[in-house]
Parts: sequence; structure tokens; C-alpha cells
Amino acid sequence: MAHDSSHGVNDFGLKIATVNGTGSASANGLLLQALFRMGVPVSGKNVFPSNIQGLPTWYEIRVNADGYTARSPDFQLVVAMNPESYARDIEEVVSGGWILYDSSRELSEEFKRDDVTFIGVPFADLCVTRFDGSRTRILMKNITYVGALVALLDIDMDVVKGMLQEKFATKQHLMEANFIAIELGRDYVLEHFDCPLPIRLETVDATKDSVMVTGNAAAALGCVYAGATVGAWYPITPATSVMDGFTEYCNRFRIDPETGKKNFCIIQAEDELAAAGMVIGASWMGARAFTPTAGPGISLMTEFIGLAYYAEVPSVFFDIQRAGPSTGMPTRTQQGDLLLCVYASHGDTKHIVLFPGDPKECFEFAVAAFDLAERFQTPTFVVSDLDIGMNDWMIPKLEWDDDFVPDRGKVLSAEELEQAERFYRYLDVDGDHVAARTLPGVHGKGAYFTRGSGHDKYGRYTEDSDEYVEVMDRLLKKVESAADAVPAPELHTVEGGSRLGLISIGGCHWAVLEARDQLLRDGVQVDYLRVRGFPFSSAVERFIDEHDVVVVVEQNRDEQLRKLLLLETNCVKQKLESITDYGGQPLSKGVVLEGLAPYLEALAVEVS
Amino acid sequence: MSYITKPSARHPRLPSNAVGLTVRDYEGSMSTLCAGCGHDSVTAALVQAFFELDIEPHRVAKLSGIGCSSKTPAYFVSEAHGFNSVHGRMPAIAAGANAANRDLLYVGISGDGDSLSIGLGQFCHAIRRNVNMLYVLENNGVYGLTKGQFSASADIGTTSKRGEVNEQEPIDPVNLALSLGATFVARSFSGDKAQLVPILKAGLAHNGFAFVDVISPCVTFNDHEGSTKSYAYTRDNMHEVIETDFVPLRAEIKTDYADGSVQAITMHDGSVVKLRKVTEQYDPNDRSGVVDYLSETRSRGEIATGLLFLEAAGADMHGFQGTVDQPLVDIPYETLCPGSAALDQLQAEWR
Ligand SMILES: Cc1ncc(C[n+]2csc(CCOP(=O)(O)OP(=O)(O)O)c2C)c(N)n1
Ligand code: SF4
Ligand SMILES: [Mg+2]
Repeated sequence: MAHDSSHGVNDFGLKIATVNGTGSASANGLLLQALFRMGVPVSGKNVFPSNIQGLPTWYEIRVNADGYTARSPDFQLVVAMNPESYARDIEEVVSGGWILYDSSRELSEEFKRDDVTFIGVPFADLCVTRFDGSRTRILMKNITYVGALVALLDIDMDVVKGMLQEKFATKQHLMEANFIAIELGRDYVLEHFDCPLPIRLETVDATKDSVMVTGNAAAALGCVYAGATVGAWYPITPATSVMDGFTEYCNRFRIDPETGKKNFCIIQAEDELAAAGMVIGASWMGARAFTPTAGPGISLMTEFIGLAYYAEVPSVFFDIQRAGPSTGMPTRTQQGDLLLCVYASHGDTKHIVLFPGDPKECFEFAVAAFDLAERFQTPTFVVSDLDIGMNDWMIPKLEWDDDFVPDRGKVLSAEELEQAERFYRYLDVDGDHVAARTLPGVHGKGAYFTRGSGHDKYGRYTEDSDEYVEVMDRLLKKVESAADAVPAPELHTVEGGSRLGLISIGGCHWAVLEARDQLLRDGVQVDYLRVRGFPFSSAVERFIDEHDVVVVVEQNRDEQLRKLLLLETNCVKQKLESITDYGGQPLSKGVVLEGLAPYLEALAVEVS
Repeated sequence: MSYITKPSARHPRLPSNAVGLTVRDYEGSMSTLCAGCGHDSVTAALVQAFFELDIEPHRVAKLSGIGCSSKTPAYFVSEAHGFNSVHGRMPAIAAGANAANRDLLYVGISGDGDSLSIGLGQFCHAIRRNVNMLYVLENNGVYGLTKGQFSASADIGTTSKRGEVNEQEPIDPVNLALSLGATFVARSFSGDKAQLVPILKAGLAHNGFAFVDVISPCVTFNDHEGSTKSYAYTRDNMHEVIETDFVPLRAEIKTDYADGSVQAITMHDGSVVKLRKVTEQYDPNDRSGVVDYLSETRSRGEIATGLLFLEAAGADMHGFQGTVDQPLVDIPYETLCPGSAALDQLQAEWR
């Protein structure tokens, strides 16, 4: 409950507390989109239970004119629609803030605070007077709070109406009901309270080159653009919407116009083991295939991942991380699968892993993952998380180069095989550690036995130590050679360099960036590197070398990124410090600043 | 599997088939299984079936899990791509491969451990999905490769080599396949090549999941007295319910079966499977009748063999999916990628 008066026009945090299964998600989506269309940078974080109906759920909206979209736990306004969670919700408003609540039932004394302003609107009663049917009343109650916010925050009514018109273009009665509900809320507030509040909106022009999308939708679209034709999966939160997206975009872009048949095949497997096997089978045939899952699925897939690694079958895995271990908190975010993915499977294995930091990179890295998988003939992971995957993010518009040619790697054609004297599957003829592969059905000379058992460089079964080691050593070099092919780390350095460096990964980026900007404004010089791929590029080790202290910021308990850096670079162990945040919420800048404080003091970093 | 290349001596007098190949061209590397292992006879039957069907070797994809049985894809059609995957998971590889390239001829070889224990789920779901493939389960009642433990197909009362008696109910893969809606269900015996070859050929021609349970004795761990999967026990107790004759597309149908005991079923590719009833009242198109019949014969200790159930029409996995006829691997990238204009259009909706 920090006192905070620095917020105002186009700069505040709003939290909406509702009950899940009541239709609040679409009301919140409407609200977020309205702000975005007013040209104001926004982000929305859905905090939902692992449940279908009846439990508390929250939606956090951050409005920030400077474009900072990381989660911020400072809420100037809370919309408290769920009496079950009143205690906690009212507690969360910053001192001097506002609470909009349903005054159809009187607010119990215990919840009252005298440092905040209560705005009571009888949402339920208003709906009872205007709508029939209990379901309609529940649904419309959500729209009435949007109406109240229109007045309180000065949201452009034309924008809201325009959106409702688009949304319900073919459902006139729904459009009218929504209009009525919006006006009910708005008119009541205008009549009873001073509007707008000091925290409010003003139309600007800061979002015209941006779009609003979830990371999972963007990743799915990346798979379509990469030319993936086979997707296999088993439903799991928070990865399900990747396949929902792939299905939607394939149905839109991949139906053969002449026959109406599908230029893709999506298989809902019996479990994640099977999903992984299907991806490997399809990739073996030469298709681009992928599976989206979360940590529990990766755990199940590991035997197959080892097979794909050892038999060198390109394959793409999306891990949309959630809070583990075990079932953990399926609807909370985390970065707990970093080590799992990098070393998935028994024996000596190591994989190419990409770490997108927002939906734009989900799209781009999805495309890159297929290229890397085929070029290096190995499993490739895109490791995202629930926050990136399921929340709406404002990102720069995606771009596509129509001259893009996918890198299918070394695949011998029928003609090449016809001319070749013999074909040996695992023979590295040009010293780049990658051997040419052949696809089934192309030519008899290309036939070989794909196997997870010991094999020599000719592809023959072996139990001979030297022959086995020779292949294993090449595999290590092959994957390590991908260090310069994975997305390069993103560097933010100060002129003249700093003694203190920050390293982070994935969706931590935005909070770290915001924290660093604040430090810079305060005259504290900090360099920053965001890891975007594994194996680590040499730039990562160099960055650590060049700093006296490097603080690794990540969202898991066990400092997995820090440990990976210790294992996979030659850095000095004592240099690497750690900030971890693993309670399941997206990272916010406060956590970073607080975690950094002791290092700032110890290093006595120049403060001007 | 150990790898021993077979000498490729040409036998000039060996007859060649319509694609100019001799039966030797359908062989693979030398088997490393125990001498007398039933699995090797299944391999021989497969070689014969491929040869007789004039199949181009490189159009075949051979898959397996792990086990002695799962080694056998190395021993036939060496010019076909093979995939020796992980224990019990071949059906998933086959489904994915078939999804990507529906034009190849898929043959999966599994064992009773591979399909009925660790891989039971995948086996069931491949049937439900009706993946277009020939699926051969080389059934010996034990885990051969891990040295003779009972498998889930071991009958009640059967004894292991060390004398333990199995008391648990077996899983009968034929019964299971029938209950899951399999459209082609057969049982045969590795020691009966005359019966097995036409069944394998019919299975290859079938559009959908063709399941063949082959009793294939393990000479090393399960061929003793007291075993119900030994050569002797199988020979004594098997009883052919139905005789199968496979007439490929090109062949002329000479004999005219007018007596009504023979049913001619036209397969997806135009070839014909002829089923001659040995048992009068048996109807290979009546799923529940077949199930009842099998449970009766089983209770008498008989092993009913033959192409027990066939339903030639019906959709396979691609039929359910509505996939294009062209293999997905052959669709050019330009067709698959929607391009920048479509991306712009889509993103207009993301505002
Ligand atoms: C995950 C896993 N667990 C255990 C094994 C060990 N294993 C190899 S083969 C086999 C049983 C094979 O039995 P079956 O499928 O009946 O084949 P058979 O050898 O009898 O032909 C087992 C348990 C393995 N390879 N992988
Ligand atoms: S152990 Fe049994 S199943 Fe395995 S090869 Fe020997 S005889 Fe065949
Ligand atoms: Mg067995």
C-alpha cells in the first residue's frame, strides 16, 4: 500500500476483480482494446484460476504513456466486482486511489479504508431493472462496469461503440444490449460522481504501428509462415491456444481452393509422448512438424527427444512454461523449464533452445526454429511462458519478407542420389558436423535405418566404442556450432561501460528494461544483456568477462539461467549473482530494483 | 540390431516380378535373431508378400519399436527407409509419418511387450485413428529381448521356462482391435506361411489400419512344454476359420466360386480379397458375431486364425481429417506460406 501520487493522465494501473465464467473476460478485452485504439500504450495481464466457473479472477491493465508494458503491482483503481475477494482487492489499491464496487449490496465496515475513495455503483440492481434473465444480467453487469469506467477514465465513447458494432455486426440484439449496458454504467456515474478522475485517458497517437496479440497466437502464425504442415498435441494450459491459433490460421490460409481439403494435418494425440512421436515421424518424412506443450508435456516427451537428438531428426517443440514442479500452478507463469529443455532426455544430450521475449519474437522465433531444426537436424525448442503466451501484448506490427526461403538443410534429391555412388547417413563430408539426410520414398539409394541405438558414421548399428564416440563427438560439435545461428543476445550498454551487468531472459526483459531506465535516469550506469538463444553466443561470455558483477534476473527458484551460464561459459563463478522471482506473476520493475540494491551499494556505482 | 550385410549373389534363374525384381531384392540384412525364432519366418513371409505385390522397395516405410520383433524391419526390403524407434511408441511415429506422406506403404512390426504393455495406449489409438498401415504384432507371450519375462499376452496357466505359472488375464490383441473398431483384423502363425502371405498382402492393400496378430514362438524362452505360445501348442490348437486368397488388381479372376462359401471383397486399390469360410456359420463382416465366435473358440482352448474381420470401405486418418490427396511433403512452400499481404490483413484485425 505505497502512497503514490505520481500517476495521472495516461499513466496508471487498474485491476478488475470478477468471478470466472461470468463473461468478464470479454468485457476486459473490450476495455483493453478501447484504450489501445485511443492510441495509448497498454498491457493486460489475466490472473485466472485453474477452474472453469465460480472462482475469483483478476485482470490487470497498465496504462503507460512511455510505453512500459511490464506488470506493475501499483493499482490506482480497483474494480471490485467479487465480494469473495473484496478484502484482498481493496487492500491492493494504493493510498489515494479509488475503488469502484457494486453497491447493490452494502459494503461491510471491515473493508472500509479512509485513504482511498469508494465509488459505489449498483451494477446488479441497474441490470435487474433493464435486462431479463439471470444469465443476461450477469453478462451485462460486466459491460456496465466498462460503462462506468468510460465516464471515470474519460474513455472515448465512439471508440467503444465502434468496437461493439464490429464485434456484434451480425447480432443486432446483442449489440443493442451492450450499448444499453454501457450507457447504464456511464450515466449513473456521470450523475453521481465527479468525472473524470485525475487518473484518466487522453487520446494520443502512440499505438498506430502496433498490434495487440498473444504470444501463442503469434507463435501459431509463425508455424504457418514457416510452412509447418503437421501439428500434434495434447491439450494443456497454457499451450492449448498455440494449437487453437494454428487451427484457426490454417483454416483461413491453408484450405485448398479447388477441393476444399486441408493443406495441413493437426492430430490431437493421446498424450504428449505420442505427440512427440508424431512430430518426429512427420519430420522424418520431410514435413515441418511441431508440438506445443508445457513443462509436464516436455517431461513426458523426453525419451523421444533423445531419439530425435541421436537419430538427428529435425523437430520443433514449444514449451509454454507454467509454474512447476508437477502440476504446480497451471495458470501462473514461470521460467522453470530452462534446464529441462536444454538437456532434455537421458544420456549426453544438448539442444538448441530459443527464448522469445514477447509475441513478436514468438512469431519470429517460431519461423527460425524450423530453419534451425532442419539445418542442424536436431530437436529445437521455443521456450515461452504463460505471460507471453496467453496475455495480450502490444507489439510492433509483424513483418514478413516475401523473398524468404526456408532453410531445409542438407537433404539429397532423387537426382543427387541417382548420381551418388553410395549414401551414408551420418558421414560429415564437408566438416561442418552436419551430414546430409535423405527422405523416405525418394530413392532406393537413400534408404537407411533411423535408429536410437548405437550407430557408426555410416548409419550402421554398432557397439564399438570408437565408432560410437566418433558420432557422439560430432553431435556435440554440431549443436555447439548453432551458437552463432540462434538469435543473438540483445545488448543495452552505457557509453564507457559499467562495472555492473544485468542478464535476463524471456519475458523478464520488459521489467528489467524499465528498472534499468530508472537507474539510468538516477545516474546509475548499468549494462544489460538479454539471452535469446542457446547454445550461448560468445557475446554472452564476453559480456560476463567485461563486468565485475553480473546479476542474472530470472523467474525460477533454482537460478536455472545462472547455472546454465556457469555450466556453458568459462565465466568466473563468483561474478554471477542472482535475482529470482518465482511466485507465478509476471516480473515487475520493483522486484528488479529491490534485488539490485545491495549490489549497487557494494559496487559503489557512481551516482551523479 | 547387429548388422551383417548379406552377400548379394544374383541368382540368374530366380523369377522377377513386374517391377523387374527378384525375391532376393526384398530381403534385408542378415538376421541376428536366435536360430528358429518365429520372427524370422514372419520376415520371410513379408519378403514374399512384397515381392508378389510388385512393390517398389523405396516406396515402403518400415517401422518398429524395441524388442527382438522390432529388430526385424532390418531384415527385409533393404532399399526401404526404416525407423527403429523407442519401446512401444512406433504407432505415433507411423501416424506422424503417414500424416506427412500418405503415399508410402507403411509396415509396422511390433511385439507383444511393445504393443500390449508399454505401448498399449499408442496401439489402441492408432486403431481408433485408423492410420493406413499394415501392423504386424509378432506375439510370443514373452519379452524375448529382456530374457523371457511374461508379457501381457501370456495365457492363464501358461508356464515360464523357469516354471512360474501366469495367473493374470491376458490381453487378446485381436479382441482389443475388434472392440476398438479396427477394419482389418487377422491372426496367423509364423509357421504357416501359406496362410500368412495372402493375409499380409491383403493387409498391405487395405486402406486403413490392417492388424495382423502372428503367433511367433520364441524358441529360447517360450517354446517349452507348458507354454501356450510354443510351436507344438500352436500347431495342435490352431484352427483356421477362414481361408484368404489375395487377387491383385492386374490378375485375372479365373475361378468362379458359385457355391456361396466364398466372399469376394474389393479393396480400396481395386484388388480383391477372397475369403473362403471353413466354418459354416462364420461371417467375417459381422463384428459382434466374430467377437462371440472368438470367445467361444478361446474357451475351448482353440486359436482361431485367418483374416477374421474385414470392412474394406471407410475413412482412414486422412479421411477423418479431410487432408488433401497430395502428400503434405510435396506441397510447395509458396502454397503453404500466406505471404506479407495476408499478414497485413490479419493484423488489421489485431487492432
Ligand atoms: C523405456 C524402455 N523400457 C524398457 C526397455 C527394455 N525392453 C527392451 S525390449 C523389451 C520387451 C520386448 O518384448 P516384445 O515387444 O514382446 O518383443 P520380443 O523381444 O518378445 O520380440 C523391453 C522391456 C526399453 N527398451 N525401453
Ligand atoms: S530371444 Fe526369443 S524372440 Fe528373441 S530372437 Fe531369440 S527366439 Fe526370437
Ligand atoms: Mg514378445
